[in-house]
Amino acid sequence: MQATRLAGHAAAMPSLVPAPAHRIVEQPDCVTAGPVGRLLHRTANPGRFLKFGARLQPLLTWPAIVLAAIGLGWGLFLSPADWQQGDAVRIMYVHVPAAWLASLGYVALAACGLLSLVWRHRLADLAAAEIGPVGACVTGLCLASGSLWGRPTWGAWWVWDARLTSVLVLFFLYLGHVALMRAFDDPARGARAAAILALAGAVDLPVIKFSVQWWNTLHQPDSITLTGAPTMSPSMLWPLLITAVGFSLGFAALVTARLRAAILEARLRGLLLAGAADAGHA
Amino acid sequence: MTRRSRRLWLVAGCMASFGTATGLALAAFSSNIVFFMAPSQLLAAPPPAGRTIRLGGMVVAGSLVRTRIAGREPSVRFEVTDGRQAIVVGYVGILPDLFREGQSVVALGEMAPDGSFRAAEVLAKHDETYMPKDVADALRKSGRWDPRFGPPPPEASWDGMGAAGPAAPEHLRS
Repeated sequence: MQATRLAGHAAAMPSLVPAPAHRIVEQPDCVTAGPVGRLLHRTANPGRFLKFGARLQPLLTWPAIVLAAIGLGWGLFLSPADWQQGDAVRIMYVHVPAAWLASLGYVALAACGLLSLVWRHRLADLAAAEIGPVGACVTGLCLASGSLWGRPTWGAWWVWDARLTSVLVLFFLYLGHVALMRAFDDPARGARAAAILALAGAVDLPVIKFSVQWWNTLHQPDSITLTGAPTMSPSMLWPLLITAVGFSLGFAALVTARLRAAILEARLRGLLLAGAADAGHA
Repeated sequence: MTRRSRRLWLVAGCMASFGTATGLALAAFSSNIVFFMAPSQLLAAPPPAGRTIRLGGMVVAGSLVRTRIAGREPSVRFEVTDGRQAIVVGYVGILPDLFREGQSVVALGEMAPDGSFRAAEVLAKHDETYMPKDVADALRKSGRWDPRFGPPPPEASWDGMGAAGPAAPEHLRS
């Protein structure tokens, strides 16, 4: 059992151990790849990502901590209370960045799924495995903070309107992805199933985005849109945007740190397996 | 066609058909996905008696009547409108803090035989406008907005209102 698991992990990391047969069959793909394919294959190298990630990590982590601290401090303590919601509006400074990241994280997950299924991008499966739990956490944070916000303003912890329900579906998609990724002894099969789920689940993203326009909901429409002027006082908008940038960088920092750890872990497993194989031959 | 582009077309085709299927399903269930019905919809197609439904709309200014009898829960009557027609809503219980005339509300309940709506639960639906109290006060004092008659003017016109923008004229400050 342990041996199959190790072998499976090694198969996910073909640069570390002799490639199994099914990997070799796919080699022509790399040879015939166009410019996009060649770029993808250059970035797919886990070793190169380790070097890149080590330099990237402090550039993500420190700005994330500083911006989130500034944004949250400004939003939670200094910004004005809303004229009708009072101080309850401050939940927005956590809820809205979490909600944006929940969708954005799933976009990243679906992109990894596409890279994995079509280009057999080696790093994409590892990245998807690390984005999933972080995305599930921010979606959980979005649902929990929204529930806390709904009680004092709407008068209900939860309603089954289109916006809330579609975000709950997103939360279950994340949980399903996390579970599916780890459900097989052979991680390559888990990654494939999870990639299909990630792509299929992407239909939920437009439903979340437009739910407040397509159907009448208890949830209010978006205050900040790409096309229109924000319906929010600048004294509230700035802390919200700063917090959102801080949270986004924090999300990227967490995923990068997890991905680096996962690559090192897989590399270690590969070395252990190679060592065990040598010991077996001797 | 390489294996890679074949896979790309396969994934694109699956995504397109799955997306279309989801879109059609949502369109088919659209009338069930809406969270509430507007008064004019409700009056145009009255639901069967005893059927629990949600009524949504704006509380008509001046329509709110509160009745308090000692020892009993407070009861209220108010009209809900979608701008075309209005329905009288009766409710016994505690209203959410954001309930006021001019606010959007969603009431869960059923139609009474007299044509009014008997609510078992009332939720407040606030809009997507967020503004500090002094801006709201300034807008009201300047006479450009009355919260009882609908949403506030757009954010771009708040300039000079309250502490958020440039200093407001002294006579608009509270």
